[in-house]
Amino acid sequence: MTTAAIDINRIGYSRDVFEQFLAERVEPVWISDARREAFEIYQSLLQSELDPEEFKRVDLRVFNAARFRPSSVKAQTTEISTLLANQTEYGGSIAHVDGQTTHSHLSSQLAAQGVLFGDLLTLLIQHRELLEPSFLKKAVRPDADRFAAWHAAFWTSGTLLYVPRGVEVELPLHSLIAHSRDGIAEFGHTLVILEDDARATLLEETSSINNDMAGLHVGCVELIVGKNAGLRYVQLQNWNQRTWHLAHQAGNVDNNASLQWTVVGLGSRLSHIHQDINLTGRAATAEVNGVTFASDHQKISYYTQQHHKAQGTHSDLLYKEVLRDESRVIWRGMIKVDAAAQQTDGYQRSDALMLSENARCDSIPGLEIEADDVRCTHGATTGRVDEEQIFYAQSRGISEKEAMHMIVEGFFQQVYDRIPVEIVRETLSRTVQGKLGIEALAAV
Amino acid sequence: MSSLLKITDLHVSVGETPILKGVNMEIRQGEVHALMGPNGSGKSTLAYALAGHPNYFVTSGSIDIDGVEITELGADERARLGMFLAFQYPVVIPGVKVADFIRHAVSNIRNPDRKEGEGLVPMREFRREIRERMEALNMDTEFARRYLNDGFSGGEKKRMEILQMAMLQPRFAILDETDSGLDSDAVRVVSEGLARLSGPQMGVLIITHHERLLEFNRPQFTHVMLGGRIVETGDASLAHELHANGYATVRERHPEAAADNAQTVAAVTT
Repeated sequence: MTTAAIDINRIGYSRDVFEQFLAERVEPVWISDARREAFEIYQSLLQSELDPEEFKRVDLRVFNAARFRPSSVKAQTTEISTLLANQTEYGGSIAHVDGQTTHSHLSSQLAAQGVLFGDLLTLLIQHRELLEPSFLKKAVRPDADRFAAWHAAFWTSGTLLYVPRGVEVELPLHSLIAHSRDGIAEFGHTLVILEDDARATLLEETSSINNDMAGLHVGCVELIVGKNAGLRYVQLQNWNQRTWHLAHQAGNVDNNASLQWTVVGLGSRLSHIHQDINLTGRAATAEVNGVTFASDHQKISYYTQQHHKAQGTHSDLLYKEVLRDESRVIWRGMIKVDAAAQQTDGYQRSDALMLSENARCDSIPGLEIEADDVRCTHGATTGRVDEEQIFYAQSRGISEKEAMHMIVEGFFQQVYDRIPVEIVRETLSRTVQGKLGIEALAAV
Repeated sequence: MSSLLKITDLHVSVGETPILKGVNMEIRQGEVHALMGPNGSGKSTLAYALAGHPNYFVTSGSIDIDGVEITELGADERARLGMFLAFQYPVVIPGVKVADFIRHAVSNIRNPDRKEGEGLVPMREFRREIRERMEALNMDTEFARRYLNDGFSGGEKKRMEILQMAMLQPRFAILDETDSGLDSDAVRVVSEGLARLSGPQMGVLIITHHERLLEFNRPQFTHVMLGGRIVETGDASLAHELHANGYATVRERHPEAAADNAQTVAAVTT
């Protein structure tokens, strides 16, 4: 088989697009310079194949980058449906539409404690010394892969959360990334920095204003959790089914710190998330939860890496996937243990429930262990709804359909039980019911 | 007027294998019937066929309640008409809480026209009711919050079946070896529970190898199944006799059915 010449305009952006993008931006030279540097990396990565280990099952053949462009036009701020906004009291909230920040709020109490929360660009400029050393340098680097580099050159709006040493933010914070117009390419960035002994919860969601327009999100999430700090981060991906979602996400967890990270995949035409959990400090812990419900022709892919870099670290990943119609889900999980990371405990598990003969799921766990005193376990299951469960429920007067829905919700319950934020559990349960087609909902 | 469950010349196959070969039985509300028979005689097949398991094909004959044919109905529709099966092997449904499951079931049984998403029985009344029923069965009310049968012991599962029966108040209850695999304390709890629940409003068919359940729930009728047929029907003394002497004499009296039975056992075990 001969390799066809790579059509840059199909898989990414050329120099012309970049220069035009830069020309429309008003920002300090150091930021433009960082973009230029990233763009050069991007250009060279565009010439090479994507890592087959990560991408061979992710079908990007019909992806056409030329269909999407970043926008400098002021975003429409008409009503955008969200699942999480107004569901509870937030300590702060921010919204980005079509790559531009349209709303940002932080309670004066938190601001007085030194918490920074708001538009990434504005805050990067105001607090350069504090933030520049972390932005695209510690958790995700532009040379990580083609999409990370693309993002680093073109990042548009973003959410920044910075919590100073010892500050515990009780109320969750809310971040919304939305698309309102057809053909938008949006490069939202999320940077969370928790200094030592700090605590916070950030709930982030994505949304399309309607179901018809096509969109592209090339995103990046960086979570930097300091010593003894605790971060809970939820990203609920709920684009319409014409949106491409390509994201590089990483969390660094320092000594005795804990990261609880929940990834929800409900929307998108195709989504691929590269998720790195770096346990960089002694006794760091991470709990990773995944809730995915794919339907129609959706393709949802995850590449997760639990990287144990220090002694006594603990990671626990549980992904649950439900597939219906002709959807496809791919999960490739890896636990890596460095030689220095003795006495670590790593766990990963992915369970898929197939509701259709035509859906397809690939779950591939993996271990790479260089230390000799560790405990690492993994597992993956793929199964159909058990007919005996359906019959049992039916014999109690529950219809076949209702029984199936209960079984699906029960399947997800195991991962809901691990999510400590009640409104997230409730929202997920409601959203899953919606996707199952249960219209009128009885309060339970 | 009390209802009548009537089974007429029922033939049932599992896959290609015929198991029931012409069963006749009439159970009236308020009556207790015992169904006994050796392995492979078709007792559980009858239970599943009555409940409407999709893998048990009725090839001929009929099942009706008060003249209304239910042979073609789905298991949920039968349940809504008042049929209940206490499973020999209750099914685990992970992530579905006992209380939620039973509340949905009760809502459907009490409002047979209910569609998914429509109102459930009010929470307060439901809570009070399930708590009372659980206490009567010596069950820790914590069980309501657990996932259905998930991690339950054999005895806990069987009690859960009786709890569901108590909540659903069926017109006809079939208990498929509810006493099997239980220690004598558990058998006593389940037997007493059943005895409290059965009354003029419930017809009961107790399938058992043993006699213990019948000590608390004395049957008016005892049926003996062999080779997919009811070969003898008597009163409680027949159950007692079978318990004491086994099925050897029954086999001798019905050699043809005994041969069929042996064949079925062979087909199932190979």
